[in-house]
Amino acid sequence: MHFRIYRYDPEKDAQPRMQDYRVDLDPSDRMLLDALVRIKSLDDSLTLRRSCREGVCGSDAMNINGKNGLACITRLSDLKEPVEIRPLPGLPVIRDLVVDMSQFFKQYHSVRPYLINDEPPPEKERLQTPQEREELDGLYECILCACCSTACPSFWWNPDKFVGPAGLLQAYRFLADSRDLATNARLDNLEDPYRLFRCHSIMNCVDVCPKGLNPTKAIGNIKDLMVRRTV
Amino acid sequence: MAIAIRKFDAVIVGAGGAGMRAALQLAEAGFRVAVLSKVFPTRSHTVAAQGGIGAALGNMGEDSWLWHMYDTIKGSDYLGDQDAIEFLCRMAPQAVIELEHFGMPFDRNDNGTVYQRPFGGHSQNFGERPVQRSCCAADRTGHAMLHTLYQRNVRANTHFFVEWMALDLVRAADGQVLGVTALEMETGEVYLLHARATLFATGGAGRIFAASTNAFINTGDGLGMAARAGIPLEDMEFWQFHPTGVAGAGVLITEGVRGEGGYLLNKNGERFMERYAPTMKDLASRDVVSRAMATEIKEGRGCGPEADHVLLKLDHLGVEVVEKRLPGIREIAKKFANVDPVKEPIPVVPTVHYQMGGIPTNYHGEVVAPRAGDLEAVVPGFYAAGECACASVHGANRLGTNSLTDLLVFGRASGEHMVQFLRENPGHRELPADAAEYTRARLDRLENQRDGENVYQVAADMRRTMQAHCGVFRFPDLLATGVTRIREISERAARTEIKDHSKVFNTARVEALELDNLIEVARATMDSAEAREESRGAHDREDFPKRDDVNWLKHTLWFKDGDRLEYKPVHLKPLTAATFEPKVRTY
Ligand SMILES: Cc1cc2nc3c(=O)[nH]c(=O)nc-3n(C[C@H](O)[C@H](O)[C@H](O)COP(=O)(O)OP(=O)(O)OC[C@H]3O[C@@H](n4cnc5c(N)ncnc54)[C@H](O)[C@@H]3O)c2cc1C
Ligand code: SF4
Ligand code: SF4
Ligand code: FES
Repeated sequence: MHFRIYRYDPEKDAQPRMQDYRVDLDPSDRMLLDALVRIKSLDDSLTLRRSCREGVCGSDAMNINGKNGLACITRLSDLKEPVEIRPLPGLPVIRDLVVDMSQFFKQYHSVRPYLINDEPPPEKERLQTPQEREELDGLYECILCACCSTACPSFWWNPDKFVGPAGLLQAYRFLADSRDLATNARLDNLEDPYRLFRCHSIMNCVDVCPKGLNPTKAIGNIKDLMVRRTV
Repeated sequence: MAIAIRKFDAVIVGAGGAGMRAALQLAEAGFRVAVLSKVFPTRSHTVAAQGGIGAALGNMGEDSWLWHMYDTIKGSDYLGDQDAIEFLCRMAPQAVIELEHFGMPFDRNDNGTVYQRPFGGHSQNFGERPVQRSCCAADRTGHAMLHTLYQRNVRANTHFFVEWMALDLVRAADGQVLGVTALEMETGEVYLLHARATLFATGGAGRIFAASTNAFINTGDGLGMAARAGIPLEDMEFWQFHPTGVAGAGVLITEGVRGEGGYLLNKNGERFMERYAPTMKDLASRDVVSRAMATEIKEGRGCGPEADHVLLKLDHLGVEVVEKRLPGIREIAKKFANVDPVKEPIPVVPTVHYQMGGIPTNYHGEVVAPRAGDLEAVVPGFYAAGECACASVHGANRLGTNSLTDLLVFGRASGEHMVQFLRENPGHRELPADAAEYTRARLDRLENQRDGENVYQVAADMRRTMQAHCGVFRFPDLLATGVTRIREISERAARTEIKDHSKVFNTARVEALELDNLIEVARATMDSAEAREESRGAHDREDFPKRDDVNWLKHTLWFKDGDRLEYKPVHLKPLTAATFEPKVRTY
């Protein structure tokens, strides 16, 4: 199978380049990650992140034939050749397919991604009805892979100011939690021409999320909450 | 190569469930703690846990920690230490409640309490009938738990060193642990992290086998580092084969599927577990179910053209239950087995999953090793928790859901004990002059090796050998040749060569260093398995088919130095409860 992979080692390369690999795969190589691991066993300098190999850890997000996705759950049989693989767009490249995700995590951290409830905890669990709990479905499953934020034009232009779809999805995850008591402070934190309102509902994020989550909808819900509290 | 020194109160190696639970204790007590991880914390393999956290909350019917304790001891085939198991089961409810308070999105009952599902080996009233004890967030419990713990650590301002790989343990001449050496992957720089207390929470080493539910990063680094520093590894012959790995892919299908009512079928469409475990059926202990499956396959009742797997049926649960309780499983089955489980059964085989053994500790998380006649002398300044540790709560076979409980309970306990140790031992001890020499020599060897061995080939040979020689059923001749082969492979592993010499994010170097750790674990496993002449829990010998409490009710200790084996007694005395005497184990 024919692959064309983005290569860049700052110690050696003045410029990034694309390298062609033609490899014989084994029938047991079914996912793109299997093929990349095989290529790495032949050329150990190929650099990428990976861990769980089942789509839950979020390590191996990359740009595959022009679309962001996870290598470990992308079937080789679905890919057109040559398979062109690049690092996630919009983030600084450390080496090959490994990008510097600091900006992405900084935005995630900026939404105070933890439950805030300063009331003394009860002796048992805080109660939550199944309906209240259902509000968190489609939110808590995010694996922080950054496929969405690095497909979002607003995030490319303002990665330092716009929280981006992943961070906003998590902001809403806590706004939606019946146990969280910081709704107002959370909305204040996002009431800003950039942090939330740079989203123009282009939906790239929804299109690429490997977990089938919908950041645009969450962003819409945050906007609704903002409107509701002003009236 | 210059090795810079950085000082911390404590160093935690590992940011999975155990490491992050411990980190909270230290960060919230105001200590300067460095938490190292090879990957961003939420990418640790705890993220993959599916089925749940075991705790006798009693939300679904009567339950008690004493029943949980009994189940765990019986599950361990009586090799578990009963003091540590009592501690685990008594602390479990509190640990789960605490996690709920941190924001964990548990599934709920109509009355608002945490939903619990049945799981293998968990019973009411000392084995009478299955009980619902597993606290879960759909089939993404580990993901929800790991993210919740990370979030809580963000709140506590814990200092993470992301993509840092610990390389070796640093010890004083008298054995006290003074920190670790570590590689910053992005820059290729090596540091010595000088600490007053050090915790290993590096997870499992399931990657010593070819077919495994474990992530690429599960390479037993903590075990390798401990073994190289002269600390023994306990009970390494006990590896859990999970009954339901997707055939051919290794990816796990949670036991929660059977908890929710799924069951196994052989090629005749027979629900064969009824024959092997009349009471618990498909919810018997994992070692029992895996052996039953392997027997069905061996005796020609496997499914598929090669008759090499059995089927896990769950279509009768209905789309709604599957979507609500097992959505991740449906995703995995579609992706990795090409079946939609609401319509067709999933092909499954027993797959290596969990390491019961590890770095020996007591129930405070302190590492213990033989010294001057004391088989369990504390190694000052050194702690271990989670899958890399052996407390021993899982003995010869772990019950499902007890690992996540273990992470919470012993993560917290070791963190707590470290806080106390730091308060009582102020001030850093001086480092020996050659503290970083060992690491430097290892790295120099790797950098300068020419005409050496290919890392991937050596690793593949090791995995194939372990798979073939140390599987569900163990045969004397295969074990004996396995010992020799693994020793040969380990000699090759000492001569690995990498082509990539860049300093920047050099994953070839990382994988070579990981192999150094894997190979120690493989050796410990083969040697310990070959020596144990009985069948107990996950260790099943064709030539010694019975458990032998007279000669073998004892823990194995493997020392790297000379591949030496020693043994130490099982703690049969609980903290407060009465001893559960070893009995014949039926389900
Ligand atoms: C697919 C699957 C499903 C499971 N489901 C369940 C379940 O439902 N219930 C249950 O109880 N158990 C379950 N288990 C078992 C359980 O998930 C694991 O035993 C547990 O999560 C291990 O946690 P840990 O904190 O010890 O290690 P891990 O979560 O594996 O974390 C290890 C950490 O150590 C770091 N690390 C390792 N080496 C180094 C090094 N050299 N330098 C720096 N950092 C290092 C890693 O980066 C990582 O942060 C499951 C296991 C698997 C594989
Ligand atoms: S919908 Fe908003 S967040 Fe999503 S890609 Fe478009 S601009 Fe970005
Ligand atoms: S929302 Fe989806 S794409 Fe974005 S980080 Fe989370 S899992 Fe990845
Ligand atoms: S390797 Fe974990 S998501 Fe792909």
